[in-house]
Amino acid sequence: MNIQSCYTSFVPLYAVLVSLLAVPLIILSSKKKNLRDFWTIGASLIKFGLVISLIPNALLNKTAELSIVEISPGIELALKADPFGVFFALVASGLWIFTSFYSIGYVRGLKDKKQTRYFSYFAICLSSTIGVAFAANLLTFVIFYEILTIATYPLVIHKEDEKSIRAGRKYLAYTLTAGSLLIAATALTYQITNNLDFKAGGMFNGIALTPNMALILFLLFLGGVGVKASIMPLHSWLPTAMAAPTPVSALLHAVAVVKSGVFGIVRVVLFVFGPKLMYELGLNNILIVFAGFTIIVASLMALKQDNLKRRLAYSTISHLSYIVLGAGLLSSAAILGAIMHIAFHAVMKITLFFCAGAIYVNLHKENISELNGIGKVMPWTMGAFAVGSIGLTGIPPVNGFVSKWYIGLGALQANNLIVLIILIISGLLNAAYFFPILHRAFFRTGEGLEDKKEASPFMVVPLVITAILAVLLGIYPDFLFHFYHLAVMVVTNVLGGIS
Amino acid sequence: MIIRNSAALIPLILLFTAVSIPIVALKKKQIAFFMVMIATSLSVIVSFYNIFRVLKVGTIHYHFGGWIPPIGIEYVLDPLSSFICLVINVIALLVLIHSKKIIEMESNIKSVPYYALVLLMLTGFNGIVLTGDFFNLYVFLEICSLAMYGLISVGGKQAPVAAFRYLIMGTVGGSFYLLGVGFLYIKTGSLNMADVRSIVPHLYNEPTVIVAISLMVIGFGIKMAVFPLHGWLPDAYTYAPTTSSALIAPTGTKIGAYAMLRILFFVFGVNYVSKTLHITDILAWLSAIGIIYGSIMAIAQKEMKRMLAYSSVSQIGYIGLGIGLCNPLGLIGAVLHVMNHAIMKACLFLVAGNYRVKLGHSNIFKLNDNIRKKMPWTTAAFTVAALSMVGIPPTLGFFSKWYLALGTIKNSSWIFLAVLLISSLLNAVYFFRVLEKVYLKPIKSNSLEEFNTLKNDKRDEVSSSALIPVLILSVALIVLGLLNTIIVKGIIEKMIPAGM
Repeated sequence: MNIQSCYTSFVPLYAVLVSLLAVPLIILSSKKKNLRDFWTIGASLIKFGLVISLIPNALLNKTAELSIVEISPGIELALKADPFGVFFALVASGLWIFTSFYSIGYVRGLKDKKQTRYFSYFAICLSSTIGVAFAANLLTFVIFYEILTIATYPLVIHKEDEKSIRAGRKYLAYTLTAGSLLIAATALTYQITNNLDFKAGGMFNGIALTPNMALILFLLFLGGVGVKASIMPLHSWLPTAMAAPTPVSALLHAVAVVKSGVFGIVRVVLFVFGPKLMYELGLNNILIVFAGFTIIVASLMALKQDNLKRRLAYSTISHLSYIVLGAGLLSSAAILGAIMHIAFHAVMKITLFFCAGAIYVNLHKENISELNGIGKVMPWTMGAFAVGSIGLTGIPPVNGFVSKWYIGLGALQANNLIVLIILIISGLLNAAYFFPILHRAFFRTGEGLEDKKEASPFMVVPLVITAILAVLLGIYPDFLFHFYHLAVMVVTNVLGGIS
Repeated sequence: MIIRNSAALIPLILLFTAVSIPIVALKKKQIAFFMVMIATSLSVIVSFYNIFRVLKVGTIHYHFGGWIPPIGIEYVLDPLSSFICLVINVIALLVLIHSKKIIEMESNIKSVPYYALVLLMLTGFNGIVLTGDFFNLYVFLEICSLAMYGLISVGGKQAPVAAFRYLIMGTVGGSFYLLGVGFLYIKTGSLNMADVRSIVPHLYNEPTVIVAISLMVIGFGIKMAVFPLHGWLPDAYTYAPTTSSALIAPTGTKIGAYAMLRILFFVFGVNYVSKTLHITDILAWLSAIGIIYGSIMAIAQKEMKRMLAYSSVSQIGYIGLGIGLCNPLGLIGAVLHVMNHAIMKACLFLVAGNYRVKLGHSNIFKLNDNIRKKMPWTTAAFTVAALSMVGIPPTLGFFSKWYLALGTIKNSSWIFLAVLLISSLLNAVYFFRVLEKVYLKPIKSNSLEEFNTLKNDKRDEVSSSALIPVLILSVALIVLGLLNTIIVKGIIEKMIPAGM
């Protein structure tokens, strides 16, 4: 089972290009709303189908590969659908479908201007995210990562008011700086290894690397991908970027941007440095310290936010660090948990953001203190919100329990009791910042809600489905998409049967 | 027969056309434009032919009039000279297509003498690049400089002053170079570059030679606008008419860079200039300071053309830094950046020109999103070029940055690496400032009536002759970015001089 093999296939390229090709169609049909939105939906479905078609081979550890063009002497622009890439692509493309439906409801509900621009850049974002997922080497990764940075900018400033323009500036300042660090790290790696291909278990095998050099390199990488993963103290762009429309926040938080960041961190830890080198040089401790700090502090910050989206933002920051923490622990269960949390957190967080958006569009409420009694008006929405909250707190049967369980198990494997304590405290803090919302929604009575109804089905259906998905994945983690299996595959590839 | 003489053909075509334009187009001035088109198209074709021939048969030596050097004048077509030649001529062709309508709209320029001067300047550029003779290079340097002073001075009110300033600085630069050539001639008794190359190793310890090389480097430092010698550049680029700045900014300074490369690495030798004299170290440090200085000054500007001028100072620094690193990767970065910067700057100056034509100004603070509605294509081209300046993949800008970064790491020069990365962030600051204005800033006005007149957001794009070159340039940035390896492997790697 542990034999890796490769075959040439165009499917990864098609998966990247589908949404990119949809962009001209979206622009050309900007006058006809329904046709335009049809392209978005169509592209998202095809993309998801293409990614799904890669699963069977990925489960057999057969990797689809494709070199497109040489972009620097000796380095190809190459795609490679290894199990980890397929895993992330699956999350991103799957949730894009929901986001597309939801976006249509959202922007039409608010009668937003510039919807064409919105859907175009959304599609470009998804293309680059899939590119990040399937990147076969560091330079390809950097290229798609930078395109993602730029393509997200028009979405962050979508509202075009003072606040969102400032948020856009902050976003660019953080992410472009990070991009520069990443380029430096990549160039440095190339000078050392003369080869940038990702390799399960690390690419520095048999290459002399002084501890100091390794440390510098690791910090450069951490700075490069840590901004999108919003590890503290590199996080502050994320709450500011909440100025964006809610589906964008959902995309930023659950699907594409921040997940590309944590995906990058896991790639760097497992496929660039490799667990062995990380452990020998003690680099993983850096990750554990930063991540542990972020988990606790972000949860505390979440407690004092009254704006619902900002609270969710801090919750995201804290949960991203779960993934970083899991990768830092380096034990098999922890890595498994971390990888699964990429998907499971995405499903839960997108549900919560959809709920926040639905509340905003329907009732024009943004603050938690105004949410009294809305559970009765919007039962479906708030029901889904409850599922997401329970999941993120880590209570079964929602999927958040599963990934947290494995990370906890991994902490025990690594004999790291402090991490375990952090996880327990953070679970409690999660409850502390989510349950008051539920309490207000369901057990208090609100005013001025008499003639209000549930939000439009465009918005409610996606969020209910993602909530159901969260529960199903909690009961049966391998449900439909083989998330568990793929994650196990990654772990065995990386640890090479050590486990 | 003509094919056999293709090495000498380009300067001849251009010179001949330049001289005949005032005569032929005396009665009908529209003819001037067509003559320019034919001459520049021919030189592009010949440049392509030359580069393919060089790649096939290797370096070509052409002896003028059959006189054998060092007595006669020699033209040398090697990968470096044929590549720079091609870049110059292609950019010139595109900018001149753009000039068709623009030239008449801008500050009543007389098109016939203007075009004659343009062709004289191009003659000079091509001559400098192709010649293998020190004194011949000086002659072409003066030809192109004199033409450039004229081209700059026909701009707005302040243009003559800017041109005069450039004239003083440029003449000083030219004189420095000539003095250097004189010193070198005293010691070596030859003006032929290849000849000097074979003699000069025996004279490495001679103070005269060291003085000669210093004078030459300073002379071309002024032409190239390396950091402390850049004083003439911002005013000249700002006040020159659009076509002039779009011609001179992408190509003029590159000639200086080319001459620097040629003299340092191909005449005096890599080891001598880097290990013995440390000229390349000095060049790299000055360039690094220039990179940061230019970017910061660009951020402080209100006028788009002036911003682009300061950004040129910074971008020249990239090229200087790449040369100064003195390793193959740095050289690849520098040469690729010559092409990259030529394309970007041509595109950006032409966009600034298009804005000036439609709005009457190119003041950054007066721009708003109305202009994007009026001129979506021009603005889109600006965006692509701006992203390339910042170094966002997959544009060409990313790749020249990538090679330069690899070059700095190869030398373990961490400060230079930091300079490169910081500068790309500074570039982002001043370009996104403009992008924010043209895409996001709504129109503000005091009265409703004024608002309504301003708000006229009907499509009002510039004429196709002004738009197509801009679009070609911006698309080229992406296409060449993705295909950069073909250029790097096919041409630039062949330029790497011995001993590097």
